[in-house]
Amino acid sequence: MDLVLQLLFTGIGIGAVYALVALGFVLIFRATNVVNFAQGEFSMVAAYLMVVFSVDLGWPYWLSFLIALAGMALLGVIFNLGVYYPLRHRSYLPVIIATIGASILLANSVLAIYGPQPQVLQGWFDTPGIQLGPVYLDSQYLLIIAVTIALVIFNYWFFEHTLLGKKLQATSQDKEMASLLGISVTSMIMITFIYSAVLGGLAGILVAPVLFVSIQMGSTIALKAFAATIIGGFGDVAGAIIGGLALGVIETFGAAYVSVPYKDGFAFLVLIAFLIFRPQGIFGERVAEKA
Amino acid sequence: MQATTPVLRARLALIRHVPYFIAAAILVVLAAGMNFDGYVLNILLQATTFSVAVFGLSVVLGLCGQINLAQAAFFGFGAYAVGLGTTDLHVSYWLCLLAGCGIAVVAGAFLGMSTLRLGGHYLAMVTISFQQIVTLVMINAIGITHGPDGVSNIGRPELFRTSQSYLAFCVAVLAIVGYLVWHLPDTRIGRAMRAVRDNELAAGVNGIDVFRTKVYAFAICAGLGGLAGGLFAGGFAYVSPDQFSFAESIVFLTMSLLGGVASPIGSVIGTGLLILIPEWLRFLKSVPGLYLAIYGLFVILIIRFMPDGIWGFVTAGFERWRAKIKAPPAAKPLQLKPATVGGDMVLEVKGLSKHFGGLKAVDNVDIAVRRGGVHALIGPNGSGKTTTLNVLSGLYKATSGSIMLDGTDITNMPPHERTAAGLGRTFQNIRLFRSMTALENVEIGAERPGNTMVGAGGAGALTERAMEALTFVGLGNRANELITSFSYGHQRLIEIARALASNPTLLLLDEPAAGLNSTEKLELHELLKRIAAQGLTILIIDHDMTLVSEAAQHITVLNFGRRIADGESMAVLRHPDVMSAYLGSE
Repeated sequence: MDLVLQLLFTGIGIGAVYALVALGFVLIFRATNVVNFAQGEFSMVAAYLMVVFSVDLGWPYWLSFLIALAGMALLGVIFNLGVYYPLRHRSYLPVIIATIGASILLANSVLAIYGPQPQVLQGWFDTPGIQLGPVYLDSQYLLIIAVTIALVIFNYWFFEHTLLGKKLQATSQDKEMASLLGISVTSMIMITFIYSAVLGGLAGILVAPVLFVSIQMGSTIALKAFAATIIGGFGDVAGAIIGGLALGVIETFGAAYVSVPYKDGFAFLVLIAFLIFRPQGIFGERVAEKA
Repeated sequence: MQATTPVLRARLALIRHVPYFIAAAILVVLAAGMNFDGYVLNILLQATTFSVAVFGLSVVLGLCGQINLAQAAFFGFGAYAVGLGTTDLHVSYWLCLLAGCGIAVVAGAFLGMSTLRLGGHYLAMVTISFQQIVTLVMINAIGITHGPDGVSNIGRPELFRTSQSYLAFCVAVLAIVGYLVWHLPDTRIGRAMRAVRDNELAAGVNGIDVFRTKVYAFAICAGLGGLAGGLFAGGFAYVSPDQFSFAESIVFLTMSLLGGVASPIGSVIGTGLLILIPEWLRFLKSVPGLYLAIYGLFVILIIRFMPDGIWGFVTAGFERWRAKIKAPPAAKPLQLKPATVGGDMVLEVKGLSKHFGGLKAVDNVDIAVRRGGVHALIGPNGSGKTTTLNVLSGLYKATSGSIMLDGTDITNMPPHERTAAGLGRTFQNIRLFRSMTALENVEIGAERPGNTMVGAGGAGALTERAMEALTFVGLGNRANELITSFSYGHQRLIEIARALASNPTLLLLDEPAAGLNSTEKLELHELLKRIAAQGLTILIIDHDMTLVSEAAQHITVLNFGRRIADGESMAVLRHPDVMSAYLGSE
């Protein structure tokens, strides 16, 4: 029983990271109808930025954190201008392929600069964690969960209760109508890319002390996050979060009770099962193209 | 006469292709005879085997428009089948090669079946996931795959023991597979794949089983990957998991995109270049990641600036020139012979309902369409006309009620089976296959399963039928032009020709007059008369009262999803409910 509680805590912690990246996926998908396959690389790049500033240059953790997030915002701008914007009038397939190209470019540029050795990043807190009854609560996991909860609340407030959030929603639902109402669709999409790059970066920085900082962390996280969005119901914000948490828990239990080397395979099996039996996900609705 | 034409055509096609086979034979002889040193031999062997794998991508991505980011995994299946089979299991090379293809095809088909009903995003992510899983298994299932050490001392067939002869064998395989892939677009399944790529909905209502077509494309791609992997393993005698990683899948994708995804010639160009360029720029490989980073950049740049690749770029100019000078053949007048089981009614709809959640878009509607007439379905905006049409053609599933077409119950059939049963339709917002010529579009219509007007459905008969239909709508002389060069009104006519070519039992026209100018409307009216004169039953939906009242003998009126009037045209139009629905009540 103690082990189960412990695993549940760890699973939710890691699931929260998937949820954050999944949220980035969903936001871009809703705004542009495109799945950004470089979303995971945003996390990886942010983690490396932290390593550069906080470890290599020895700057304060909070300052490095702010710089890394600013760097992600910039990356979001470059990504939009270089990858999405020139292809915005083409069908989804060229855009997908371009984002895959971008993902390869980002991952291997970092590899070329930093080499293949995984890096270590300290956690935010000095205390490693606290013992609560039978369960040991790792401080970094606690932070991840707290930040995720805060972001979900922020997200809700931002999209439902601010004018900018409403404009973003309008853009994602009907671009033509939004532009007729005087909303600049181009800048709304730019904001979406910045926001989701920052979200992805935040997830990367948070999870870096738990995993190693490596080139592969981006694609691993992105894979899980995408599976999470399908499990939750594609394009659904709540679904992405629930799906992410569920996947983290399933994976942690799978690693503990079934097999460690195949840990990364469970997400895939769950994904296939959902695709066959409930492709619309937990919250999603079946959508049909209009004739 | 009719029996000999296809035979003659086939023979002509063979004669035209003789140069290809002569060139291929020369290449095989060269590969066997030239004395390459080991380095050149390895590069040639790699280029040849990789090209076969990239052919697979040209089928699935170029022809069918579906993405596969796991080609290296399928390549790996073939390689490990030959690797493990000839070493650990001591099985004949040929059996292993066959088994490798088989495993790849089955895996590809399974993967496709689980995902291809959904959008392309799913496919991209699922194939990446699949690729990762396969790599995981190759590394971790040490008992079976030898783990990270890989498999060495892989055997070759007795006949091709030397590297030189093995290369010649691979070149021969490349030539044969290349020939098949090159001609795939002209076969029935190839045309279906192109139609699916251009417009899935239109493909469905023109009698193509979209899902099955995609699964076929995916399985063919995987099978070619397996074949290539088997050849590769025999050539290099050693395989290890890193040769079949996600990075390799990306390399395959880049090769395909660079050369031109639509053609096997492009595949060979792209593969050759991307194997040679890194050899010339070996220093790039000294920094890990650098050359893959450049591949990534290449992918973005190609997609942005040269979406059809090198070969596509070269051929596009040539095609434009050829379409202008190539005069289409003259055609006989189009014959429409709607099938019949003899009943009075072609279409009988009883108690049809379609609810979206709480909204009753169509509510308990009856429609009976008499054979040989023009029947109109009218109603104000939002009255449920188009929903009715979509339920009839199977794009929506009926909530309740029944639909009988010429004595066959089609209520629960998917769109392509309804088309096979004799339903033809056009769309309010035109849905043509935009990358094809007018003639090719209409050929897809002519290919409807059960079309008795094209005999056994040979390529010659299809072209003839399509030409007749295009000539019937007055566009025969522009048959070889791309859809994009036609005006809106002409595109609508091509859509009608596409439906007519299939010789339907019932033709559904969804607002055919929408967006047409007054001259075009007159032409359309003339066309409808000529169609009706041949005895084809038409169900038309339109707002244009002049058109409807002149063309239709019988009118059904919908409002708020319910039938409010039905009967002979003039009587219905004078019906007080109809007048108040359209003009408002006083």
